[in-house]
Amino acid sequence: MVETVLESQGLTMRFGGVVAADNINFKLRARELRCLIGPNGAGKSTFFKCVTGLQTPTEGEVFMRGEETTQWMPHQIASLGVGIKTQTPNVMDSLSVFENIWLAARRFQNPKEADRKTHEIIERLALGAIARVDLGRLAHGERQRVELGLVAVGDPWLVLLDEPAAGMSAEDVDRMTGIIRELNKTAAIIIVEHDMQFIRSIAQMVTVFHQGKVLMEDHVDRVMTDPTVRNVYLGKKA
Amino acid sequence: MPGSLSKDVVTVILVMAILIWVMPLMISTYTLTVLIVYGMLGLSLGLIWGFGGILCFGQAAFFGLGAYTYAVAAINIGESTLPMIIAVLVPGIFAALLGAMMFYGRLTDVYLGVITLVVTLILFKFINSTAGPQYTIGKARLGGFNGIPGFQTLNVPGRPDDYIWGDSYFYVCAVLLALVFLGVSALLRSSFGRIAVGIRENETRMSLMGYDVRARKTVLFAVGGAIAGLAGALFANWAEIVTPSLFSLGQSAEIIIWCIVGGLGTRFGPILGAAGLAYLKFLLGQQTLIDNTLITGLILVLFVLFLPKGIVPALANLWKVSFGRRPLGRIHQQRRMRNRGRTNG
Repeated sequence: MVETVLESQGLTMRFGGVVAADNINFKLRARELRCLIGPNGAGKSTFFKCVTGLQTPTEGEVFMRGEETTQWMPHQIASLGVGIKTQTPNVMDSLSVFENIWLAARRFQNPKEADRKTHEIIERLALGAIARVDLGRLAHGERQRVELGLVAVGDPWLVLLDEPAAGMSAEDVDRMTGIIRELNKTAAIIIVEHDMQFIRSIAQMVTVFHQGKVLMEDHVDRVMTDPTVRNVYLGKKA
Repeated sequence: MPGSLSKDVVTVILVMAILIWVMPLMISTYTLTVLIVYGMLGLSLGLIWGFGGILCFGQAAFFGLGAYTYAVAAINIGESTLPMIIAVLVPGIFAALLGAMMFYGRLTDVYLGVITLVVTLILFKFINSTAGPQYTIGKARLGGFNGIPGFQTLNVPGRPDDYIWGDSYFYVCAVLLALVFLGVSALLRSSFGRIAVGIRENETRMSLMGYDVRARKTVLFAVGGAIAGLAGALFANWAEIVTPSLFSLGQSAEIIIWCIVGGLGTRFGPILGAAGLAYLKFLLGQQTLIDNTLITGLILVLFVLFLPKGIVPALANLWKVSFGRRPLGRIHQQRRMRNRGRTNG
């Protein structure tokens, strides 16, 4: 049996009277790629934040590789070897691409090894030409790519990506897809996404969120053709 | 940061040697000494604010604490070596405790400013109210608003009767400033320093990469406190009296102005800003035409409006534009533009 790397049991998050995530039971196996979809306010991002430690759930537990991480801070979760990319680009704007990636590499490596790994990632993501440019001066797609580099350089076994394709050109999305596939060889990946084109091109298993609950969990083809999903998410015209 | 540490060492030694030789020809060493002390104080805030993103409104608290600690310890111990060490440790530890409370309590920047400000005020009010004979630490009376005069000043280590004063005290201070500057440079080049800058840039990202932001900010804050404490101890030795005005809000505000005028995010800027503005204040103090706080205020306003990055970054830019090679970034950008044109066309 394949190891479960991430599990949530009865995860519930309330903001006042609003139940943003309602009793979510979720399991992710090693090297699985899972997409989370759902309309706005369905609870995807809340679930994401609870898992990454950015928010503490009101009820329920989160386990990573069998260890309970419910009350943990983001840096503790990241230290386990979990790579996280938030919805809005979260990078160090006045530092160079190299320095950004180096800082991520340094967390798990000594300085020399961090240098080597940084060069390796820059090579792999084709960032060589802009390695010394400050992030603040780069285009959106490039910044997203660098942020994925920050995640990849730590050799994570679990990667959590919140809308990695948002606002990117088709060419950038293609490149992003390649990088994610590459990452998936060694890591389990969760992608929270809106872009259906992107989902179709990459997804295998999809979990659909609706009104804070898991509506269904199945292979992408069946999810796309399911009438209930179409109703709540795709709208009737699709 | 470009260049290497060994290059830094050579540059600092050369520049310091020239300054130590040239400056006394223009300004008396007595005045220069206090400029150096202020330079070190400016550097302490420049480190935590410019490189750690921690805006501390109460750097004067650590400065005053260093001065008072030295005075009290010197009266009780006599020989000056141990009091100097204690005067660095006490503000450092105080800063570590205060920092831990603020950073582990997840205070936002505004509250951080308020708390550091209030701590300074509390110390100021407290020391001011210690005039009575019941306020003593060992043999030292805190003396309220009169301060503590008449403590043992700096002596050659191990020989309490060989005082270091006048010109030699100036040299000691200059060398100490050079050492602190090199220490700060080494710190900023180390992984710890680079990570601190990363935290300044984006705390969330750094914690999502697995760094414990709270612990790192606390350590950096403590280092800043210790440097300010050393400056305070040196100030006590220079003035030969410590008074509550060391803790005053005016002092705290001045340190912030030094950093802004000199240039945040540089090592040299806060030192230059501190020494320059302190000297200006000294000159203005000799005339009665204009109140010098007015001038300081005017300078601050002018800088914020026209040179918001401060003197040192502006000079560095000017240097780059006139003599430097084209910045690498721009070349790459042009190359990228070309490549893009090719793929599109």
